[in-house]
Amino acid sequence: MRCNPLDSQAIAVPATKSEIVHEHSPHLEHHFATESQQREASNFGMWLFLLTEIMFFGGMFTAYLIYRIWYYPAFVAGSHWMIIWAGTLNTVVLICSSFTMAMGVHSAEIRNRKLLLRYLIATLLLGCVFLGIKAFEWHDEWEHHHVPGLNFSINEFTHVDPRYPLDKPLPRDMAEKTQDYFSLYFLLTGVHALHMLIGVSILLFIIFHAWRGAYTTGNMNFVENFGLYWHFVDIVWIFLFPLLYLISRHQ
Amino acid sequence: MTEHSKKEILDTEPTHHEVHIVSPKIYAVIFITLLFFTGLTVAASYLELGVFNAVVALAIACTKAVLVILFFMHVKYSSRLTKLTVAAGFFTFLILITMSLTDYISRAWGLW
Repeated sequence: MRCNPLDSQAIAVPATKSEIVHEHSPHLEHHFATESQQREASNFGMWLFLLTEIMFFGGMFTAYLIYRIWYYPAFVAGSHWMIIWAGTLNTVVLICSSFTMAMGVHSAEIRNRKLLLRYLIATLLLGCVFLGIKAFEWHDEWEHHHVPGLNFSINEFTHVDPRYPLDKPLPRDMAEKTQDYFSLYFLLTGVHALHMLIGVSILLFIIFHAWRGAYTTGNMNFVENFGLYWHFVDIVWIFLFPLLYLISRHQ
Repeated sequence: MTEHSKKEILDTEPTHHEVHIVSPKIYAVIFITLLFFTGLTVAASYLELGVFNAVVALAIACTKAVLVILFFMHVKYSSRLTKLTVAAGFFTFLILITMSLTDYISRAWGLW
């Protein structure tokens, strides 16, 4: 007889041998009662990790919002230099990769190894495309002397921007504050890209194991939890895109 | 493990939750909706809406995030434990952000 997990008294009863030696799926760890409990526990753990990640990114988002309130004209002028089409394309690429990842998890659920591999590779490629477009944007900012600390000039902010002829040029002290915008821009997109890089590395590992059939025999916790991570990184970008690129378009 | 004892575990198991396989159709619908909202938010940023540019953009971003969390991340089909974890986390996060921002926004510290 197995003890009732809700009954703390019963747990103290020593296990008999018949309890220890029992048949179950090879994927089930001994400290879990059922596979669904195991899956639930690992999902729960993953969500706790993601919550710490939300706090981590949340702190940086809050810093961005506060500085934006303080140095509003500088932040508006800075964000006018974002390349809208690149940001939009990257958003589309990430949403596509989230979709292929969700389909990958679905393929693992229905135990289709070939489909799983296909969707994982698609996700990997889309992740790399995202990083490529991001690198192109960073290069563009380098060319325009918009990298604080390394290669920065306030020239473009103290003169009338030809694309926004109605805007007044910023006074010198406010123009200096565009460095705050670009610092936060590089911090936020940089940490996000780092998460993408980590995600792509883990994806390579997963693809290798999926190719050997690891996740299509009933144990897909790892793929599922990685999917949660990948979607989380997508959500971070969903907020970064409007905050950095869009909301100051017209001020 | 006999069928009977297995059933007994499932009945008393506090974290037990029936796993729901989400159909690809739902994923496709969510995918299209997310793309639509992306187009919408870019289009809205080209309109002159004053302070509402930010409001609209953030409202759309929140909608997209909720769709991803509910469907791609399966929270809609998850156990109460997961739902409560996610909700509690976001609630705490919102308190932290709102409390910090109320301070900075409401003080008339003047010319920055």
